[in-house]
Amino acid sequence: METKSIMIVGVGGQGSLLASRLLGNVLLAQGYDVKVSEVHGMSQRGGSVVTYVKYGEKVYSPVIEKGEADAVISFELLEAARCLPYLKKGGKLITSTQQIDPMPVITGAAQYPEDLVGKLRAAGAELVAVDALSLAEEAGTSKASNVVLMGVLAARMDYPMELWQNAIEQCVPAKFLELNKKAFELGLNAQSV
Amino acid sequence: MKKLMLGNEAFARGLYEAGCRVVSSYPGTPSTEITEEVAKYDEVYAEWAPNEKVAMETALGASIAGARSFCGMKHVGLNVAADPLYTAGYTGVNAGMVIAVADDQGMHSSQNEQDSRHHAIASKVPMLEPSDSTECKEFVKLAFELSEQFDAPFIVRMSTRVAHSQSIVEMEDRQERELKPYEKTPQKFVMMPAFAKGRHVFVEERTKKLVEYAETSPLNRTEISDKAEFGVITNGAAYQYVKEALGDKASVLKLGMVNPLPVKLIQDFAAKYEQVYVIEELDGIIETHCRSIGVNNIKGKEIFGYIGELPQSVIAEKLLGEKKEFTALEDNIPVRPPVMCAGCPHRRLFYCLKKLGVTVSGDIGCYTLGAAAPLNAIDTTICMGASISGLHGFNKARGAESEHKTVAVIGDSTFMHSGMTGLVNIAYNNSNSTVIILDNSITGMTGHQQNPTTGKNLKGDPAAAVNLEELCKAIGIKRVRVTDPYKLAETEAAIKEELEADEASVIISRRPCALLKYVKHNPPFKVNTEKCVGCKMCMKLGCPAISMRDGKAVIDHTQCVGCGICKEQCRIGAIE
Repeated sequence: METKSIMIVGVGGQGSLLASRLLGNVLLAQGYDVKVSEVHGMSQRGGSVVTYVKYGEKVYSPVIEKGEADAVISFELLEAARCLPYLKKGGKLITSTQQIDPMPVITGAAQYPEDLVGKLRAAGAELVAVDALSLAEEAGTSKASNVVLMGVLAARMDYPMELWQNAIEQCVPAKFLELNKKAFELGLNAQSV
Repeated sequence: MKKLMLGNEAFARGLYEAGCRVVSSYPGTPSTEITEEVAKYDEVYAEWAPNEKVAMETALGASIAGARSFCGMKHVGLNVAADPLYTAGYTGVNAGMVIAVADDQGMHSSQNEQDSRHHAIASKVPMLEPSDSTECKEFVKLAFELSEQFDAPFIVRMSTRVAHSQSIVEMEDRQERELKPYEKTPQKFVMMPAFAKGRHVFVEERTKKLVEYAETSPLNRTEISDKAEFGVITNGAAYQYVKEALGDKASVLKLGMVNPLPVKLIQDFAAKYEQVYVIEELDGIIETHCRSIGVNNIKGKEIFGYIGELPQSVIAEKLLGEKKEFTALEDNIPVRPPVMCAGCPHRRLFYCLKKLGVTVSGDIGCYTLGAAAPLNAIDTTICMGASISGLHGFNKARGAESEHKTVAVIGDSTFMHSGMTGLVNIAYNNSNSTVIILDNSITGMTGHQQNPTTGKNLKGDPAAAVNLEELCKAIGIKRVRVTDPYKLAETEAAIKEELEADEASVIISRRPCALLKYVKHNPPFKVNTEKCVGCKMCMKLGCPAISMRDGKAVIDHTQCVGCGICKEQCRIGAIE
């Protein structure tokens, strides 16, 4: 099979590393060759954070570039808009509706664009927009938006739920396991706005 | 057992499996996780050293003592460790010694984009370069074998993409190794001129043997495609991009040993094709080598340049004329640069410095972000430790008046790394400079590593803690004081007093990083929208948790940690 590419994007501190590791483990268990590329260090400090997950028979480059992603999963609306160019024609865009102002907006040097959900849909992206933050808080902590969105993704991928459950158990510390399972479940059943 | 592993994690697994016994490193993105991961194996002694020079000397000492040893660092760290490196090239080893240096193509987290292969060439130390996690593990194990076979330390060059990409690795068992016997051999390990002359002869002979090895080593492999229209010579991360972009359209010579480079292997490969492309990130080292051995049917830097990464899109566009289609919104999408976290103790201090209008000599760490808007507080950032020594030079140049208007800012870990020698210079050579140590009780930027001031070692066990106040006094600084950066009035008064003083002074601005697990957070603050007049005073702090909505400030409860500096900042008491 041809190599598939999924981008996970958000703001530093939102937990994209956990999400990409979770997805990576599901794909590994499915028998694929897998590469997951992360960003550490300075860019993690509240900046745009991008991780790449690629899988298939044989994966070479760990990097996903413009026009290559089969799916983009975004934890934040502006980051979804930023990464729209990475999406392939006909690719899926799954995003949280959460908005976090970047520093240029905070300082007044730039504006946060309005109605991004509408604009992304109008741009032809197959859009799934969910309020992942509220669902995460329903599960017990705002920090679980990442796992909520993995639930949203899982509902749109064809892999046995058991694999996802196992991956969550592998990647999440035991004391947060129940909470994250609930977050995943809420994401699984979430509908797009 | 198969596992998805970061390149750095696989590197650590390779150290473990090879029977490595002693590890000493200084953290630096993208190299840090090698040492963090290897520390998890009880069979390996692992530590954070105060800097890369100390780390490399420790690893060399362990190798001389008969233990397989390792030290890891980022590219700029190798500059700090260059002194022992160049002479370790002469002494060689007893048990195998491996050095990791992680380059940062694309400068994801660094102050320059240097190509560390130059150090390998200049020091005549052999260098390997893996392309994925599997190779990280294999190359490390082989590097130990070769280190002992050729009597040389071996550098394994990493890059951000190889270090921080996970791919599948097959785990194997550790091969336990006894200490090799130690015998006193001054002609090998005492590098004074008489002995060093002999070792230089050895080094040149060794390089010849290494070139012979490179001709047939499994580290360098040729992948011939029947459909190839041209040949490509490549290395490291670029190999993956080449394979992705070109598939079977090119035959590939992949060089896993990047110093020294083979001669005949390259000549024979290049002779098969009318046109050969050298695709290497950063400098044209392979390309220059090709020309020096009479291989001239090549193109490289004239097409690909010297800057940044060379991902598949660049290669596909330059060599095949292919471009991917994509759509973008018409809106201007504001950039999202990294920022100091909500609750960061550095924020208030930089606000103070900006308010006082002083010139700030900066350093390497999270606090470098004090240079960004809206704080814009930092004037210079060069390298680890340069804040203090640079300030001294600045003040020597501009005289007494400058001493009252300038400060250096440096973190606790960076101060221990190479800041304290600069402070010695200030005391010894008598400049009335003011140094602020931003003591957040951890090495922050690289992801919370312990350091000599924190009272814990790499394994998390209790350790001696350097007392910064006493250290500064012992260096000869009489004016040493501690302030809490959350307290504006106290901090501002302290800075003003020390700037006015006619002698050198140190302010230790002490407050643990807000991300540390033991730091208790207060409930998030809220803006009383009835009181808020939208004056934006709170926005001047540059806190990512505060933004404006409909003319009023709002605090994002998911980010706010209740540090309260905005509450103090608000003159009308609208933050509750």
